[in-house]
Amino acid sequence: MTQPLLADYFPILVFLAIAGGIALAMVGGSLLLARQKPDPEKLSAYECGFEPFDDTRRRFDVRFYLVAILFIIFDLEVAFLFPWAVALGDIGWFGFWSMMAFLGVLTIGFIYEWRKGALDWE
Amino acid sequence: MAWTLALPELVLALCGLAILLIGVLPKRDTFFPMAMAVTGSLLLAAVLVLGQQEGVALNGLYVADSFSSFMKVLALIGAALGLLLALDYNTRERLNRFEYPVLVLFATLGMMVMISANDLMSVYLGLELLSLPLYVMAAFDRDAGRSAEAGLKYFVLGALASGLLLYGASLVYGFAGTTNFDRLAAAFAAQEGVSPGVVVGLVFVMAGLAFKISAVPFHMWTPDVYEGAPTPVTAFFAAAPKVAALALLARVLLGPFADLAAQWQQVVVLISIASMLLGAFAAIGQRNLKRLMAYSSIGHVGYALMGLAVVSDVGLRGLIVYIAIYVFMNIGAFAVLVAMRRSGRAVEQVEDLAGLGRTDPAMALWMAVFMFSMAGIPPLAGFFGKLYVFLAAVQGGYWTLAVIGVLTSVVAAYYYLRIVKVMYFDQPPEAALERAPPSLSVVMATTGLFNLAFCLFPAPMLAAAGIAAAALLG
Repeated sequence: MTQPLLADYFPILVFLAIAGGIALAMVGGSLLLARQKPDPEKLSAYECGFEPFDDTRRRFDVRFYLVAILFIIFDLEVAFLFPWAVALGDIGWFGFWSMMAFLGVLTIGFIYEWRKGALDWE
Repeated sequence: MAWTLALPELVLALCGLAILLIGVLPKRDTFFPMAMAVTGSLLLAAVLVLGQQEGVALNGLYVADSFSSFMKVLALIGAALGLLLALDYNTRERLNRFEYPVLVLFATLGMMVMISANDLMSVYLGLELLSLPLYVMAAFDRDAGRSAEAGLKYFVLGALASGLLLYGASLVYGFAGTTNFDRLAAAFAAQEGVSPGVVVGLVFVMAGLAFKISAVPFHMWTPDVYEGAPTPVTAFFAAAPKVAALALLARVLLGPFADLAAQWQQVVVLISIASMLLGAFAAIGQRNLKRLMAYSSIGHVGYALMGLAVVSDVGLRGLIVYIAIYVFMNIGAFAVLVAMRRSGRAVEQVEDLAGLGRTDPAMALWMAVFMFSMAGIPPLAGFFGKLYVFLAAVQGGYWTLAVIGVLTSVVAAYYYLRIVKVMYFDQPPEAALERAPPSLSVVMATTGLFNLAFCLFPAPMLAAAGIAAAALLG
């Protein structure tokens, strides 16, 4: 190989081909084999909770925003937990209690949002 | 590891979490008890700070010395007084949610982390812990458009300033190889010359911090945010966070970057002069008292920075004394602003003070004391604050700074004295201002007596400031 760098990327090319192939097979298979009964709702792009195409200045329910923020907080918590769990052997008790303190702070935040009713949709 | 050195911060953080938890459990309103609990926690933290040992802890991220003790006690007093100003106002304006004192507590915790920062990482951590509660507090009257606008404006510009600071910190790390203050100081002392990357990074860090102390040319947010935020929040903004940010600026410049003084000194001189000029001239036309106080605080930051610009122990002592006196002048003046109500509604124009000398002589007297003190008229405390920074500038041979300082304080005296004139010589309107509630009267009297009595007993504060300055300069 004259260009070892390109060779290193060969698995990605394979991956791209497989991913594209599977996607094409699924969409094409459905197109060829299944019975088609389209209606406007089915044909519109999927968008959870919204009209897919609308004025960008439209107001939307602030509760979506709240749910998104809460999701990010607890999602990031897990993002911290994974490397912590892998490295726990090296960082010892100090690392363990640091994470416990972090989780404790998050738990208090969770109790706060729960009592404030941020988790109720209605 | 000597993590017990950070006991004041740890205790304050635990108190904050406990208060948040206790406050949210009952269904009824818990503003007043939680505000008292937070005041108690702040005082407890101040006691712990006074009993604190000195040293470096938490892997070099945290430092405790006389300078940090002095500034922390000052910030804690400023925060506690700022919270007292909100007790009556928030209840009347239906802002009596218990989150307010909790936000004050966490902002104060951020200030303490900033003051004790010994690493660019803990600088950023403290700054964000301070800023995030402040953004929320600015928008605390969330149904009022002005307050929401103030919060959003402060947030957008504050995020920009944090970005500048982080960019500067990353440049410093890239060119110097460390973020720790002690190792940065050692690295700059050892090498000949200085790489331009470090200087650019330092200037970005300074820009980020200048935003927090609202020094010109990073002051644009100040008048709008001060005007839009609820008055007790403005009082809080103008006192305690300035202490923390000025302390942090002094520690960053005189600690790790002490050997680069030739580089940063001209920048500090420039922003000091610009702040003094803008603070003096822009406030002249203001009719809204909160906007006026915003420009006044920009000017005061300029005077305080003069102490830093001369790079000497006398100058640093002047800065420490100035900011200490500034806190007591400012909290007192804002106590009067918070107390201004006519027929149940809060008013904030200069004309609303008309005739106060006849309708409420006590409040007018205290307001006059604060205005004379801010103008720097002897024998009030504000005079001594200016005296020590001007003295340092003259001793260091910085005549330009001192002359501009004196001239701008003459200009600034105009708008301070105009308020006194309106109070004593203008005709009162039909309805007089309401009586100040007891909590505000107590704050006015305490800070007013401080301003009056400082000339009699200046020695303890001067001695403490001298020790603090010596600790920072090593």
